[in-house]
Amino acid sequence: MIPAFLVLASSSTLVHLSAVDLVIIVFYFALVLAIGMYLKEQANTGEDFFMAGREMTAWVAGLAFLSANLGSLELMGWAGNAYKYGILAAHWYWIGAIPAMLFLALVMMPFYHICKTHSVPGYLNLRFGQSAQTLSSISFAFMTVLMSGINMYAMAVVMKVVLGWNINVSILVSSVTVAIYVALGGLRSAIFNEVLQFFLIWAGALLIPILGLVEAGGWSGLKAKILQNLTEQHVANPGAYTHLWSTLGDFSKNPMGINWVGIVFGLGAVISMGYWTTDFLVIQRVLSAKDLRSAKLAPIIGAAFKMCVPFIVILPGLLGLALLRDPHTGSLLRLVPANLAWSDAGQAQGLHGYDEVLPLMLARYCGPGLLGLGITALIAGFMSGMAGNVSAFATVWTYDIYGALINKNASDEFKVKMGRVVTLAGVGVSILTAYLVMHAQSIMDYVQALFSFFIAPLFGTVLLGMLWKRATPAGGFWGLFAGTLSSIGMYTWVKLDPGAVRYVALSMQAQDQAQNMFRALWCCSICVVVTVVVSLMTKPKPDAELTGLVYGLTAIPHEEHVSLFHSPTFWAVVTGLAFVILQIIFW
Amino acid sequence: MKTGGSLSIWFFIGVCLLVNGVLIFATGIYEVAHPPESRVVLYDLHANIWWGGLLLILGLLYSLHFSPAKERARIAGKS
Repeated sequence: MIPAFLVLASSSTLVHLSAVDLVIIVFYFALVLAIGMYLKEQANTGEDFFMAGREMTAWVAGLAFLSANLGSLELMGWAGNAYKYGILAAHWYWIGAIPAMLFLALVMMPFYHICKTHSVPGYLNLRFGQSAQTLSSISFAFMTVLMSGINMYAMAVVMKVVLGWNINVSILVSSVTVAIYVALGGLRSAIFNEVLQFFLIWAGALLIPILGLVEAGGWSGLKAKILQNLTEQHVANPGAYTHLWSTLGDFSKNPMGINWVGIVFGLGAVISMGYWTTDFLVIQRVLSAKDLRSAKLAPIIGAAFKMCVPFIVILPGLLGLALLRDPHTGSLLRLVPANLAWSDAGQAQGLHGYDEVLPLMLARYCGPGLLGLGITALIAGFMSGMAGNVSAFATVWTYDIYGALINKNASDEFKVKMGRVVTLAGVGVSILTAYLVMHAQSIMDYVQALFSFFIAPLFGTVLLGMLWKRATPAGGFWGLFAGTLSSIGMYTWVKLDPGAVRYVALSMQAQDQAQNMFRALWCCSICVVVTVVVSLMTKPKPDAELTGLVYGLTAIPHEEHVSLFHSPTFWAVVTGLAFVILQIIFW
Repeated sequence: MKTGGSLSIWFFIGVCLLVNGVLIFATGIYEVAHPPESRVVLYDLHANIWWGGLLLILGLLYSLHFSPAKERARIAGKS
């Protein structure tokens, strides 16, 4: 039985938990708290608390690197996108991640590791000075807690719809648990729990695609069923839902309204590179690696597993297209946008949102026990994402805002205390944001775009900083500023005049995701152009000040003492080949 | 890997998989003896038995291989 205080409207929920399911969920909460308590004694110095002592192995850092990104909304949201856009959604896991992760490992990680920075804004300070650091750290801190709160609210809504749990209880229980284990053990505790959560996510979600493929009659049976169902429903381009590249020659030939230029250059070359190489939320995990080889191997290990994630995220979305039927009428079930499904009218009609496809598939195949494990996987995903946000926020606040702008002489002991307090405060602000969103839900429509304003230009700034020694502090700051401003400008332009989408995204058919891709491409280009022009007009830093920060002025340790099977380059090539093969198979 | 103390992260993962495996496997066995009225799709495959069994075995292997006693011995051997 579910405790009464958790129940909101159990009769109208998607799934019903049994006692064993509840035991599994409670055991998970107890275990993550126990890990936090156990690791409290190992978080005494700043390096321990914020950098996990810089002693993580490649496997631990690599799995945490991936897990911090595997939030539950990532799982449910992309399963929903797969239902909406078909296999095109897999681009966000393959070309939208793998090349960037390998680039991070082989090209950028040496600079991050050698300069011993605590954060990405910290690197900007060393390379471009305090102006760029301040702009980057304040925008990152602001967006991190905001995103954390919005994810918290969205997760609580899903828990309400799926399980009937009270929104307040969901928010408080999960966020307080994260606050306790991160405040106690710092980054080490966050990382350990992220590795645990990684295993739980796979254990809880992997059964869905396995059983789904059995029911659908394998991949060929799945494709045939999707084609048949979408044709019956008169959906345009039904064949495009199971092809990755062959429909990207024309905006009108695929459900996303995008072409290959947007995917390759907007997603693969800018958004993905920006996120995976400069977003401190994920970079912090790799900075905790014990040596340079581990720091280079960690993103490669993350990339190898990232390539497999579509199996537990995209495939369930496609299986939903093929197999989901109304249990009462037996007719095909059509999922709808969340705002429609979760409205009072939608709830009265029994509609389900796109993001519910994963829980729907979970309820389809998983009985008592397995259901508890699946729900635990979703909760674990949420908590790993939130812990990532909170620990990154605490570090950036302590080192790049408080330590750089308010008290430059703070002691190490004080920084650890500050880190603990800021962790709790970050969770508190996230909770407030969640309630703010609850009363003004339109904010959710804007914040995802707001986040992208800062990531794409930041990539241009960091990349030029690492690879071009002529880039100057003024160039770095004004390039970042102009890139961010132009992204906001394009977004506002399209909001005020929807017809402008034909200029920003090159097509009137471009959907939100396609617009994001092209906006990122343009603003990163503007950032690069402004950085180059301003740099050429201003005085560069002397070479001596750039040692350890820029290509050509940094001695990178060679790897000849390791065998082939221990070489990051070898595993990057293997991962890259597997990536290419996947593109060909699902072309 | 230095994990802080004698407990490795892999030990925690082993315990987690073991406990979940035991619970799911036992539930599967119970369901065979007392089949439920409302059944999930592909119930006849008894996924909770073989999936729970798999988690149980993996959890057992991890828990034993990375047990605190073995971890202490490893740390002592290195120093």
